[in-house]
Amino acid sequence: MNLTTTLMTILSTTLVYAAPLIFTALGGTFSERSGIVNVGLEGMMIVGAFSSSVFTLNFAHTFGDATPWISLLVGGAFGCLFSALHAVATVSFRADHIISGTVLNMMAPALCVFLTRIFYDGKGQTPEIDQGLGTKTIPFLVNIPFFGKVFFTQTSLVAWFAIIVAVICWYILYRTGFGLRLRSVGENPAAADTLGINVYKYRYIGVLISGFLGGLGGAVMAQSITLSFSISTISGQGFMALAAMIFGKWNPLGAMGAAVFFGLAQSLPIIGAYIPGLAGVNSVWFQIAPYLITIIVLVLFLGKSVGPAADGENYIKSK
Amino acid sequence: MKLKVKSSWVIPLVAIISGFIVGAIIMLIFGYDPIQNYASLFDGAFGGVYSVGETLRNMTPLILTALGFSVASKAGFFNIGGSGQYLMGWFGAIIVALKFSFLPGWLLIIVSILAGALLGGLWSAIAGVLRAYFGTSEVITTIMLNYVSLYFVNFAVKDWLAGKGEDSSPNIAAKASLRGNFLENLTANSTLHWGFLIAIIICFVIWFYFNRMKSGFELRSVGINEEASKYAGMNVKKTIIMSMLISGLLAGLGGALDGLGNFQNISVSNALPQVGYDGMAVALLVNYSPIGIILSALLFSALQIGGMSISVYSNTPTEIVSIVTAAIIFFVAIKYVIELLLNKRKNKPQKKEAVKEEGAGK
Amino acid sequence: MTEKFVEMRHITKKFGQFKANDDISLSVHKGEILALLGENGAGKSTLMGMLSGLLETTSGEILINGKEVKMKNPREAKDYGIGMVHQHFMLIPAFTVLENIILGDEPIKRGGRIDYSGAEKRIKELSARYQLDIDIHAKVLDITVGMQQRVEIMKALYREANIFIFDEPTAALTPQEIDQLMKIFRALADEGKSIIFITHKLKEIKETADRCVVIRNGRVIDTVEVKDATEEHLAEMMVGRKLRNSVEKKQVDQDKLVLDVKKLNVEKNGWLGVKNLDIQVHTGEIVGVAGIDGNGQTELIEAITGMRKIKSGSIEIKGKHYENKPVRQITEAGVGYIPEDRQTVGLILPLTLAENLSLKNYYQKPANKSGVLNYQYINEHGRQLISDYDIRSQNEQVAVGSLSGGNQQKVVVARELASDPDLLIAANPTRGVDVGAIEYIHEMINNERNSGKAVLLVSFELDEILKLSDRIVVMHAGEIVGEIDPKDTSAQELGLMMAGKKVQANTQEAVK
Repeated sequence: MNLTTTLMTILSTTLVYAAPLIFTALGGTFSERSGIVNVGLEGMMIVGAFSSSVFTLNFAHTFGDATPWISLLVGGAFGCLFSALHAVATVSFRADHIISGTVLNMMAPALCVFLTRIFYDGKGQTPEIDQGLGTKTIPFLVNIPFFGKVFFTQTSLVAWFAIIVAVICWYILYRTGFGLRLRSVGENPAAADTLGINVYKYRYIGVLISGFLGGLGGAVMAQSITLSFSISTISGQGFMALAAMIFGKWNPLGAMGAAVFFGLAQSLPIIGAYIPGLAGVNSVWFQIAPYLITIIVLVLFLGKSVGPAADGENYIKSK
Repeated sequence: MKLKVKSSWVIPLVAIISGFIVGAIIMLIFGYDPIQNYASLFDGAFGGVYSVGETLRNMTPLILTALGFSVASKAGFFNIGGSGQYLMGWFGAIIVALKFSFLPGWLLIIVSILAGALLGGLWSAIAGVLRAYFGTSEVITTIMLNYVSLYFVNFAVKDWLAGKGEDSSPNIAAKASLRGNFLENLTANSTLHWGFLIAIIICFVIWFYFNRMKSGFELRSVGINEEASKYAGMNVKKTIIMSMLISGLLAGLGGALDGLGNFQNISVSNALPQVGYDGMAVALLVNYSPIGIILSALLFSALQIGGMSISVYSNTPTEIVSIVTAAIIFFVAIKYVIELLLNKRKNKPQKKEAVKEEGAGK
Repeated sequence: MTEKFVEMRHITKKFGQFKANDDISLSVHKGEILALLGENGAGKSTLMGMLSGLLETTSGEILINGKEVKMKNPREAKDYGIGMVHQHFMLIPAFTVLENIILGDEPIKRGGRIDYSGAEKRIKELSARYQLDIDIHAKVLDITVGMQQRVEIMKALYREANIFIFDEPTAALTPQEIDQLMKIFRALADEGKSIIFITHKLKEIKETADRCVVIRNGRVIDTVEVKDATEEHLAEMMVGRKLRNSVEKKQVDQDKLVLDVKKLNVEKNGWLGVKNLDIQVHTGEIVGVAGIDGNGQTELIEAITGMRKIKSGSIEIKGKHYENKPVRQITEAGVGYIPEDRQTVGLILPLTLAENLSLKNYYQKPANKSGVLNYQYINEHGRQLISDYDIRSQNEQVAVGSLSGGNQQKVVVARELASDPDLLIAANPTRGVDVGAIEYIHEMINNERNSGKAVLLVSFELDEILKLSDRIVVMHAGEIVGEIDPKDTSAQELGLMMAGKKVQANTQEAVK
């Protein structure tokens, strides 16, 4: 393999694995910027992966090629619905954010496997999806010398879409009034309240957006990587997205960058063989690497990184 | 505040009932019979000495992972790594039991148990050290360590313990097992083993530790307020690491006892053991009370053991039991609402608002 | 001065069974400055909370320009032209000044973008008109307390407020900054705006206010024309009895050096919070450290008590070195420490009163026997201190967080004094405490001095420093800028020094 092909393989695999993480990490950013800690991203991804798989399996003949793309929206919608549980618990009912998030992570696999068994004759796994998101070569862009070939041949369209979404999220959070207000309730809800900003409303919105994006991330996982749903479809990606959000300092662009990095780590078990010098390494190291790298990155670069000041604090309005 | 003594009972009770109601509603929606299912659940858990034996046996790891989670929580940490620590404990006990099988039985058992507990403890102490010296969130590190332990143990079982092409280690020698004739005869050959007794004793030990010992007092203080604990002259870093060490020791002990008593070997698995998360549920239900954990573990163990009968006697997926578990914890998490409703019904005036007199809170 | 701008009639506010405000009536005219005088917990903030839409009234009515209004939230209050400047500023440290000002009322351009440049232009105009000096592109966490307050005022002006409510506006300001604020008050009043300010400082009322409403225990005691009232009379109305203004200082030996700090440097967020500082405290003396919050006092104290690492320098206590030693070792050297923040440092609120009273001796015999705590002893020790120090509590088993601020502070004082320290370090020992407890705590601190102990007192309250100290040193930007005798100085002189002006003082220690 020559350099271009090696880079191409590494890059396209990285992007495939990064896409779910990007969406989910962006989701986490909205939730935590509004002040609600979200360890329930994993659960939201599971719901998204499950609902999108069921959708694709049932409607592939109706919507044809567009099915996987529509299924992403379905995954997002159900993720959003599911996240309402977290929103109600933390915003209205003063639950501890981490406990509530953990409930989501317990509930999602239980509920989704329960339903899978009902829908698919007692089996714990859905049938395979015929047609996933796959990879495409992007016309025109591919003609850019060298880079075009590396970046845009057989690449994951949905990953590029995720990168665009990250830029949009950044614009929303840092350039619009909505973003300023959403961030303000995560920094100092009491101050926001005195300015007439409805703290509860913005926190609900933050969590629901995270549910949508988390569900979307889970759907991408199912539609482009596992191609079916089972208990092991989502195995820690939600938490890795959470780590990417922290590594990215709660900034959409940072989170996106970190997610791409973790995508690289996640794809190691597959691309390790292609990287010169790594071919002989025992595969257990590639399996462990993403998690180990996450820890090392957090220790080295973050320590006590500064998140939103009121992240995790319930706001209790006195009347 | 006066309601406290009562609410320590009321909230778990309301949460349990609500959780079962949620489970019933879901079963009704999908056309299953909740009454029949709950009946077969109860029967599966308590209908005979064998079932009781199984239920008690299954409590062992639940109790210990719950205690482990409690110790970390009391110290102010959210140790989601129970599963990984349990797995490491299981692995540690089995590998020692297999590799040191030349030791006399009683010594082999002790060494194996200690090895498992220690491995679990060291595993979570990593998170403790990173937290104490680098401020790294233990929530993330313990989760990541879970997956590391999963892949590591899978690798080690395959490469070091299992025969070629096999996915399981050989069984440990009978002398290393925690099972005994007495318990087997008592419970119609159930898998109940002596580890259960150890787990119960440890509950009381931890109660004593929290409430009567200097070190337990320091742990609680640090958990509530690190700065004030430092001011009081406590060694905060040491306490953080120690709490995570003890937390992992307990979860690791759970794995060791389960390995030596229940499984008798260790296999490759494709997902993390659920017991770590279930232990969190057990602890959360009773607000980390070491004695309450015994009852709470009995409930969740009964749900799991009895839950298996559900799919035997009907075609309801067993996952309904996990849904009920999650729902129960959801209701515990929103205990504020339960308190509010209870207070409203009693028509008691709410006094706590007066504290907020200074204005809009903090 | 005739139009009644705001009128509150028969306002009552209950929290559960507790009446925070009981049938309060008051009014403010256009262009008037009204002072609201009362102790901590008298109900002033609650009253203003209702006027600014944060709290709902239990009964009574509020009239603005003669019309009854119901305000459900701060936004509605804003629409009626009410702007509130809270005691703890309602600012977002991570945001810029500009973002803080426009938050909630952002001007929006096409594409949903915030029109920052338009907002900036308007703020600059307002800032010129009212002479409010602010740096609009700085982050709030980087600006001084004085500027933060101006930002709060600007927030209200930006929202076209006509009625300004200030809650304890001078608590964190230097005397010079206070003067400046009073000028702003006048300027606002001259423009026809009304001002209500909550305070317990009599001097400010005499200087600026037109009228004064005195509140005690949630009721209006009297409303007076300020020019007709004396400070003494106002104080008596506020507290309900006469106050003692001094403590009795006995003649004691002040010859032995207890604390000797030399060339101390302490880092704070990467720069030097304490710079090359020398300070000595002898037996039988109270050394007062005056200064504005954030000028290194916290770092100084934390360095001495072992809570914070030092960069260089020496700290000697009774002749032995204690640089970067563990907190416990320093405590055991005979140092008692009343920290600035009792809620987050001095106490562990959910623990019992007895446990909190034993925080410094739980690990020693007889409280601790080989790792097991003797709760019988701990509880008995607690009961003893509760009665010795007049802590008002049902018993020693209640959570300390359920006590009042004054009683909580007494718990800290009791614990620190019970260990019979040779050096007592007290940081703002009476902050947020009612007048009765203030007197008591002052007595206790002075008793330590009279019994020959060394006391280092840090306070932002000049009155406290002037009342208790034998010597006063002034800290500014991490350095000691001068030392003065409390007998021949004034608040004005202290204020200048606190603002960083090095004054040729009357002792040889003065200017370096």
